[in-house]
Amino acid sequence: MTPSKQSNFSRRSFLKTSALASGGMLIGFNLFNACKSDAKVPVDISQLNFNDFNAFIKISNEGKVTIFSINPEIGQGVKTSMPMIIAEELDVPWDDVYVQQAPLDTKNFNNQVAGGSQSIRQNWEPLRQTGATAKQMLVNAAAARWGVSPSECTAKQGVITNSKGDKLGYGDVVLEAAAMQVPENVTLKDPKDFTIIGKGTSNVDIDGIITGKPLFGLDYKEEGMLYASVLRPPAFGQVLESFDATAAKAIPGVIDVITIGEKARNFLSKGYVSWTATLSGTDKVVVIAKTTWDAIKGKKAIKAVWKDESPLESTEFHNKTLLDLLDGTSFKTMRSDGDIDKAFAEADEVLERTYESSFLPHNTMEPMNFFANVSADKIHLVGPTQTPEEVAKSVAVLLDRNVDDIYVEMTRMGGGFGRRLYSDFALEAAEISNTIMKPVKMVSTREDDMTTGVYRPATKYRIKASIKNGEISGYQLKEAAVGGNMYGLIPNFFPAAAISNYQVDVANYNSNITTGAWRAPYTNFLANAEQSFFDELAELMGVDRVQLHLDLLEKAKQNLDPKIEYIPERLQGVIKLATEKANWGHAKEGVYQGFSVYYCHNSHVAEVADIVMNNGLPEVKKVTVAVDCGVVVNPLGAKNQVAGGVIDGIGHALYGELTFNNGIPQSNNFDTYQLIRMGQTPQVDIHFVDSDIAPTGLGEPTLPPVGAAVANAIYKATGQRLTKQPYINHIKVEKILS
Amino acid sequence: MPTFNLKINNKAYTVEAEMDTPLLWVLRDHLNLVGTKFGCGIGQCGACTVHVEGNAMRSCLIQVSQSEGMNITTIEGLSEEGDHPVQQAWKEVDVPQCGYCQSGQIMTASAFLNKNSNPSETEIRNAMHGNICRCASYNSIEKAVKVAADKIK
Ligand code: FES
Ligand code: FES
Repeated sequence: MTPSKQSNFSRRSFLKTSALASGGMLIGFNLFNACKSDAKVPVDISQLNFNDFNAFIKISNEGKVTIFSINPEIGQGVKTSMPMIIAEELDVPWDDVYVQQAPLDTKNFNNQVAGGSQSIRQNWEPLRQTGATAKQMLVNAAAARWGVSPSECTAKQGVITNSKGDKLGYGDVVLEAAAMQVPENVTLKDPKDFTIIGKGTSNVDIDGIITGKPLFGLDYKEEGMLYASVLRPPAFGQVLESFDATAAKAIPGVIDVITIGEKARNFLSKGYVSWTATLSGTDKVVVIAKTTWDAIKGKKAIKAVWKDESPLESTEFHNKTLLDLLDGTSFKTMRSDGDIDKAFAEADEVLERTYESSFLPHNTMEPMNFFANVSADKIHLVGPTQTPEEVAKSVAVLLDRNVDDIYVEMTRMGGGFGRRLYSDFALEAAEISNTIMKPVKMVSTREDDMTTGVYRPATKYRIKASIKNGEISGYQLKEAAVGGNMYGLIPNFFPAAAISNYQVDVANYNSNITTGAWRAPYTNFLANAEQSFFDELAELMGVDRVQLHLDLLEKAKQNLDPKIEYIPERLQGVIKLATEKANWGHAKEGVYQGFSVYYCHNSHVAEVADIVMNNGLPEVKKVTVAVDCGVVVNPLGAKNQVAGGVIDGIGHALYGELTFNNGIPQSNNFDTYQLIRMGQTPQVDIHFVDSDIAPTGLGEPTLPPVGAAVANAIYKATGQRLTKQPYINHIKVEKILS
Repeated sequence: MPTFNLKINNKAYTVEAEMDTPLLWVLRDHLNLVGTKFGCGIGQCGACTVHVEGNAMRSCLIQVSQSEGMNITTIEGLSEEGDHPVQQAWKEVDVPQCGYCQSGQIMTASAFLNKNSNPSETEIRNAMHGNICRCASYNSIEKAVKVAADKIK
């Protein structure tokens, strides 16, 4: 097992240059593929062509650097950290660097990078190569002017110096550099010489955010733009039968009331999946109005009749169905090591527990919305999406148009958490604009968003372990999930490789309630279940909880199965760091500690939660987190991500719940759905493992383990093992020991 | 449609809107002051917070007809140069993640610090409890309010 996974960056012709007509040098480069041989870098900055290159760097005559980033920002800080990596290797002062969001192109999408935890990891090497190559060209240009060898020159902070001490700024040599041959081999910096990477850098959009500039999809406007509010079925399983729009049309700001749905049905009939209720193939009533408020008001005035098309499901039904699946035999085995049945048969002791979780809505702070302007010759789409490629391709199919006529622009996103991976909202906007042939913005209300979502699936786990001669001899995980949950790699996570008889089985129920990716998909509840189970297992075995894990990881090191995803050494590293920083085992009087450790999204995380009991309810005071995510590019952004994941994880483990009654979601806004707030928030104490390994994900991996750290701490305080989320519904106040 | 005279960020505006239109949508759709955000529309999240006569109020709950004659400040008018102590503190601490909730957070914090420039930790946590941040930037918000208080003192 290798301690780091190398990115597969091969040196190909990935970078080209031009001298700008307006002065300065322009570098076009590709992060994933080689440039086409005929690709040209334009000499006019307004002609940037993102078909040929997926990013550009401009270096002006004054040495100022502008990076045209194609990365949208969803709150993970990639729009800041990616340029930091380029600037580091280019070796320019960060204050001289500007980052500009580039519009997305629709023609050559395999070039696009739609942000997310993984993008930093995938682009680490290419971004460094890009910066270093540009720097080398500038050095070569200066050396040529001086008539010396490039090896006699050094470049630092935007200034090139030769051995005699002569100096030239990058800006002084950009024109010559632009005409230079692109060097094939360049040297990357030694990580210990980094001056930008590893230094806290503010979000590049900070000034716009704190002064209220129009950055988000909901802020986007165009001359003549109308607003649309969409009335969708109230229950999953229902479709529109008829409606009366008389009252809505009487509202002065309402311009028209239309229906859409035909195009969407057509789209689905071509084999596309229905991601969400908004795309279920039903007709939907759309109120077109002059302002958002008029549209919302108009929608409330519509009288609609709905009919049942498929069974209307309720939470009791889901609970029973999933428990029946766990009791049944219709499993698919995802991984099987040794002989699990034999291990259970020969065990001294067996522990079995069932863990249960609810559906969760994403609740991005900015509700779903999208702008569309469909005209005879082109389609212009603007809005918050993580998948512009999907948007363009789907809209082309939906409206039977050429994808080359579609132009997608991404805005900053008011949160993603997985929701903006689905493009139902963009399809709706496009179908509406196609019907009225006018520019229009589809705006969802909070109620629309929460009740017609694509939810984290309700999932139940049954975990069973056998103990033989004081060792864990077998471990079996069974999953039953609405709509399917676990995917290929998870069965190769811990404790695979650490326990010789090991099996993972999954079973699904296909519901008409739409489910999908939600922050840290697949593991966001699994980690809670697994890490609560290990706490109880250690207690049953009479061994120290942390030591048990360290020992199991020691065993895992002997297993050379290449499919194993986690790196035992790195998990041990974070366990040691977190327990040391949290003063594990030495909590103050009245403070109860819970431990949890997990690997996912290529990062290794250990957490210790400190809680106190307050009027019979747990109050999480502090969470100590140790993270091994390779190089920390931007500690300021990284800390925000880590703290955000931890607090979000606590909030949803304690309070997150969306139930259904006859197909209708029982929460629809923040008065009936509890999100964690300031007063319930612990201090998050963050420690990163020192590393020079390529950076890995930060947006997700701190979330999954924290629910278990809290549950394990609550057990210490109350003696009660929590197995059902949201925990707050199940904490028995009379059980308090103190 | 009736017309209303509004005083926003020390400027006079006349808007034509339905009586019951929330100030939030008048700001966003009629006046193009989109820094004030829509999060829930029912007073639960604080994304739409503005100052009305210096008090932090939920613009989604105030009808345009009730706003006439009041001094209203939005995030765009909090300072000329974006350098109100609270904005400075937000920048220093690098609070925003997605950033969507932050103008509401800043408006709540600035109104609060106007009345109490030497707040305790508990007072800060209570004052900010009404503003949801879905990205959970709460630790940073708490820190930034303290930094801002030090600047104002
Ligand atoms: S939008 Fe006004 S409080 Fe949420
Ligand atoms: S920063 Fe995203 S909601 Fe607060």
